Amino acid sequence: MTTAALGADRPDPGPAGDVVLRTDGIAKHFGPVVALRGVDMHLRRGEVLGLVGDNGAGKSTLVKILCGYQRPDVGKMYVEGRQVHFRSVGDARAMGIETVYQDLALVPQLPVYKNLFLKREVVAGGRLGFLSDGKMRKLARQYLDDIKVNVPSVDAPVERLSGGQRQAIAVARATRSDVKILLLDEPLSAMGAKESALIIDLVRDLSKNRGVSIIVIDHNYAHIFELCDRINVIHQGVVSFDKRVEDTSLEELTNYMVSEYRQQIMSGRGARQTG
Amino acid sequence: MSQVTLPHTGGDAFTSPSAPGAGRGGLTWRVLIERREAAILIVAVALFVYFTVASANFLTVANLQNLSQFVGPVAVIGAGEVMLLVCAEVDLSAGTVFVFMPFVVYYANQDLGLPMLAAIVVAVIVAGLVGALNGIVTTSLNVPSFITTLGMLFALDGIMLVSSNAAQLTMPTSGTLSNVFGSYGWSEIIWSVVLVAIMYVVLNRTRFGMHTVAAGGNLVGASEAGVPVNRVKIWCFVLCSALSGLIGIVDATRITVLDPGNPGTQEMFYAIAAAVIGGTALTGGSGTVLGAFVGAVVLGVLFVGLTIVGISANAFVLILGVAILGAMIANVQLAKFAQKRRMPS
Repeated sequence: MTTAALGADRPDPGPAGDVVLRTDGIAKHFGPVVALRGVDMHLRRGEVLGLVGDNGAGKSTLVKILCGYQRPDVGKMYVEGRQVHFRSVGDARAMGIETVYQDLALVPQLPVYKNLFLKREVVAGGRLGFLSDGKMRKLARQYLDDIKVNVPSVDAPVERLSGGQRQAIAVARATRSDVKILLLDEPLSAMGAKESALIIDLVRDLSKNRGVSIIVIDHNYAHIFELCDRINVIHQGVVSFDKRVEDTSLEELTNYMVSEYRQQIMSGRGARQTG
Repeated sequence: MSQVTLPHTGGDAFTSPSAPGAGRGGLTWRVLIERREAAILIVAVALFVYFTVASANFLTVANLQNLSQFVGPVAVIGAGEVMLLVCAEVDLSAGTVFVFMPFVVYYANQDLGLPMLAAIVVAVIVAGLVGALNGIVTTSLNVPSFITTLGMLFALDGIMLVSSNAAQLTMPTSGTLSNVFGSYGWSEIIWSVVLVAIMYVVLNRTRFGMHTVAAGGNLVGASEAGVPVNRVKIWCFVLCSALSGLIGIVDATRITVLDPGNPGTQEMFYAIAAAVIGGTALTGGSGTVLGAFVGAVVLGVLFVGLTIVGISANAFVLILGVAILGAMIANVQLAKFAQKRRMPS
């Protein structure tokens, strides 16, 4: 499929006012290492936003802040216009923000259905928390069938699945619940072409038919152009490039990345980092 | 929409239905590989039968009671250790909690004048607090639990020696309550069966148990998924310690003598041995409470059986060593073997 053909059937991201997620000057450092210097970005309803950048540019850190796993040093975050302070992944999830981490965050020893319900268990007995295994098995089977993910059995431990199957389970976990904003950190990295198609279809379906807003991190620019409505480049901890896919091209993006990289080498990385 | 069909495992001799005689053999193998308790249960039964045949004194009520009194504490402390091993931690101080909490009952009852039941409740709570301290130091200060609980072992042993002036005490008694808590010959095994059954449900059938497996199986992943891994681990330390304290009180009520000269290390090592022999790996993410119980039975049958057939109990220690090594080697090899079956690439 070509990029142009895909651009045509992509949904309108909606009026500019319909911003579901916005950040204002998000910064984060780990000891002397500056990961983010002041990220201003926004995400519209039903939009798929691609985040690209060099290794260590701060993409994963930004995702971890948006999903409540880490807290920013400074900066503000707004979900549907209201300022939010996430203290945990649970806080973000309560607002409909779900994440597929680069490492997938699956437990190899637990069966597929328990991984799908990890921290969203169906339980009986109130605080005692007795697992309703039958119910979870059934719901897991149903949902995996719905999104056409094939696993040998929902009772199979995740360690028995292939890399692609695991990735599909991680995506399925994030999308099963009432997700409004989906964060995907390199969702296609462990996938073959056929498995990638599954995720790509799923992402499109979510944004188009369910109005889910999605942020995708990927190193593969072809994937980004295929999936996204808009592209942000994160360079040295700030958003340095923000264009809709129809206003740019693979060539422009590649040239931009290369020139940024050259500039960085010329001026010296250390000086830029502390400046 | 493309449908992804991923390669199913199988096609080798054990799962292929076309392989001659694979049906029965395959099933047996699967049971032995996937339910580690099954393999050790066979060993336990074989040993039991052997000693029954070898000595007329083995299968007697008195001896079975003797056996049950060995198995009880090892199985209960073992169940607590399984919870910790599953979340990739260990408690070396559990045996010391086991021997020290009866002293706490004594102090609370004799020195503070609390009624027996209240004294027992206080001691179990103190045991839980010891576990909480182990857990908080381990998770919040990032001290490996091996070191945290080693320190706790010596600290508690010291408190026990100092507070008792290294003198033996007699466990206070109070009628029916003492019968419930150990004086009745079978009470120890009844306690252990009940506690192990509860721990089985906790580990396998509750959200907490699932989070324990998650914390041990993929610590970072579990916390990314929102599992409060540190809180889960701290509760596992609390459980292990409280169980050890409770069964220690039952054991001391039966024996009646509180001996500060015993630091409890032997009880702790037997419990970890029972867990390991029962099929719990030290790598976290998997473990079986029932396996630890059967492991405790194996140790008990060996210990009591060897004594009865007249082999020095000293040989027991040697056999224990060989059994632990054998169980660990079998564990690792079976895991590798199972892995190979799963991934025919």
